Amino acid sequence: MVGIVSYGTYIPVYRIKAEEIARIWGEDGEVISRGLGIKQKSVPALDEDTATIAVEAAREAVSRAKIDPSEVDAVYVGSESHPYAVKPTATVVGEAVGVGNYYFAADLEFACKAGTAGMQICIAMARADMIRYGLAIGADTSQGAPGDPLEYSASAGGAAFLIGRKNVIAEVEATTSFTSDTPDFWRREGQPYPKHGGRFTGQPAYFRHITSAAKKILEETGLKPSDFAYAVFHQPNGKFPTRVAKMLGFSKEQISPGLVVPYIGNTYSGSSLLGLAATLDVVKPDERILLVSFGSGAGSDAFVIRATDSIESFEREPKVLEKIERGIYVDYGMYVKLRRKIKMA
Amino acid sequence: MLPRFWRKIKHRYNLIATKCENCGTYYYPPRNLCPKCRRKSRIVEVKLSGKGEVLSYSVVHEAPENMKDQKPYVVAMIKLDEGPVITSQLVCDCKEVRRGMRVKAAFRRCGEEGDAGIIYYCTKFVPE
Amino acid sequence: MRRVAVIGVGQSKFGELWDASFRDIVLSAGIEAIEDAGLEGREIEALYVGNMSGGRFLSQEHIAALIADYAGLAELHIPCTRVEGADASGGLALRQAYLAVASGLHDIVIAAGAEKVTDIVDKAMEILASGVDREWEVFNGATLASLFAMMARLHMDMYGTRAEDLAMVSVKNHRNAVKNPKAQFRREISIDVALNSPYVAEPLRMFDCAPISDGAAAVILASEEVARKYTDTPVFISASSQATDYIALSSRKDFTRMDAVVFAAREAYRKAGIGARDIDVAEVHDSFTIAEIMAYEDLGFAEKGKGAELIREGVTEIDGDLPVNTSGGLKACGHAAGATGIRQAVEITLQLRGDAGERQVDAERGLALNIGGTGATAVVTIFSR
Repeated sequence: MVGIVSYGTYIPVYRIKAEEIARIWGEDGEVISRGLGIKQKSVPALDEDTATIAVEAAREAVSRAKIDPSEVDAVYVGSESHPYAVKPTATVVGEAVGVGNYYFAADLEFACKAGTAGMQICIAMARADMIRYGLAIGADTSQGAPGDPLEYSASAGGAAFLIGRKNVIAEVEATTSFTSDTPDFWRREGQPYPKHGGRFTGQPAYFRHITSAAKKILEETGLKPSDFAYAVFHQPNGKFPTRVAKMLGFSKEQISPGLVVPYIGNTYSGSSLLGLAATLDVVKPDERILLVSFGSGAGSDAFVIRATDSIESFEREPKVLEKIERGIYVDYGMYVKLRRKIKMA
Repeated sequence: MLPRFWRKIKHRYNLIATKCENCGTYYYPPRNLCPKCRRKSRIVEVKLSGKGEVLSYSVVHEAPENMKDQKPYVVAMIKLDEGPVITSQLVCDCKEVRRGMRVKAAFRRCGEEGDAGIIYYCTKFVPE
Repeated sequence: MRRVAVIGVGQSKFGELWDASFRDIVLSAGIEAIEDAGLEGREIEALYVGNMSGGRFLSQEHIAALIADYAGLAELHIPCTRVEGADASGGLALRQAYLAVASGLHDIVIAAGAEKVTDIVDKAMEILASGVDREWEVFNGATLASLFAMMARLHMDMYGTRAEDLAMVSVKNHRNAVKNPKAQFRREISIDVALNSPYVAEPLRMFDCAPISDGAAAVILASEEVARKYTDTPVFISASSQATDYIALSSRKDFTRMDAVVFAAREAYRKAGIGARDIDVAEVHDSFTIAEIMAYEDLGFAEKGKGAELIREGVTEIDGDLPVNTSGGLKACGHAAGATGIRQAVEITLQLRGDAGERQVDAERGLALNIGGTGATAVVTIFSR
């Protein structure tokens, strides 16, 4: 059986409210907050980046698994905000987790689905018996241009999943992907902020890819929405996952434990994975979770995950929800400082 | 500075200290020679728990060039549970810090060589 | 070992000397010392110069040869050596010159100290911080001020030293500097100004921190026999001691005491055959005000933890029983890193000779304490009439 052996998460402690961002741009915070389904978002500290977030999440995953770090044979870090354009984040994680030197590693980029792409790689490698354990991490400190609608959602956080064959707490029963060349969101080399296709990011991008991947995996496994206790869909805002769940026949209750975006914003590569982690925090043995990520560009990875008996004895504290609730609010001035938007001499 | 940083990465990322097996003293920063036992030293590497308490601290207002964006920030002398005292940044509210406060290790950026240079990662501390 | 005397002293003005180059200030101090001694330059047999960081402040190493060159000593081909121990470099140069004469190797030696810091406008603080552990203190976010601040916090918590006590040190040193024409800050400050100045590293404020200054100083040492030929008022070096401690503050046993100072002082008193109570005037290394309070204790002027009482009771004021930093100290006379140790020797010599002008005190024995960084190097020199 190949699946999730452990998981760990990290969410920076700072938060900014949507209404505080709206105050600066003369917009109606309440309307925007309701429209996006985002109350606030997480903000990284000056000394936090994708690497530090990935390390903290990965360390938690390895420590909860109670394995020797040297048994980790692969590290894949998915992000759209790797600290370096050239030089892997994965090696920082490998060193900080203490996995040794004989391990497979690479950084992945596929907008918000790079983390789940890493999971698929680790699953395949574990199935092929190439690795004992593999770390698949999705982490980001994403940036929205000041004044852009993205500024309300682009946030920071990450989750790490330890994939392997032994002591599996949640089996990955199936995975599939739906991919197409759809330029709905991008960032050119050397540009600080991404650009997006506005409303084009909805129907032809997010909805088409998620529903296609979800339908395909349901068809392949012969499962229907009612066979799942929970579902997690990529959450660029609070509205899209709620609507796509309805389109696919999932209820609000099924997606509610994993819907973290209203409180921390869109953590990009961390987004659907933090949703999965929050759902694993409450799942019981034999319950199924449908996970469908989405990455602009575009693609969706779908997973059918079933909790095993081992989930009960697995250390799940502190829960994602607790980390979400631990927040220190900052104003826009401090936000600008923390996000290095001030040009220092 | 690049090789100088790289050489100590394991000590900086994971608080790998040295211990003299002759007298049982832990050293961080790591030492190749135990000042107590000198040539009788038997040095081995040991990973520290990363937990400790604040012995003294200062809130830095006049920061060096590469840390200016962080000011004000807290610097503390932290006595780790295994014994050694480490000088480190303590990531917390400047008003929250006090002597005797329990802290734990965290993985953070500690600097960079300008916009185009290498990024340094290290262990800092956060309230436990 | 022979008795060694100071036969001439010289000092440039300390401060931001925009118009003067490194070569200019060294020359002005050296010429003043030679004239003060009534020597011919060609009688000098060797030169030791304390300089902390010519390499980083000026991108100039080989400082001793440069100084010899511009001081007109190159034609004489005498040995010239730079000595470095962070901001204790001057004290170390003095000690090397002392040893050269005491040992009988040379009869007349010049000990100088010089630092030109203002040619670099933005990195001076960072360069001065290379006197502590760069890799494990500075890299981790510590500044020189923050290390002294952590000592201060402990001293305050453990011994009841107050922010007001620290401010009083600054006020005293500023008051003394008014009477010193070579000082950088020749104006009095009030305790309120000191206590309300911005924080540099809590609990230390701007007026707790010495400036980083340009400056040079020189003293000429000679054997007793030679000294008698040149002066009727030789000032003898009755002891020169140096001690070392862990470079990183965190490695030391007690952060409210500088063991290097304690050890150097103990040995200096033993060699001089006197005790702390026999000292009449002292120049101590107040790079930060807390360092002056700690120096009172580590030098044995006060019991451990009771240093602040000396400043509260006025003991170390210029009209007190034990005037300290009559020059204005590092705080107000200025702190030109490698020059400071020699500058202190100049002040003590002037005081013992009776040449200290408006700030003259009645003294037979004086002491100078020069430390490097947070106290990993300490040099204690005892002078007597």
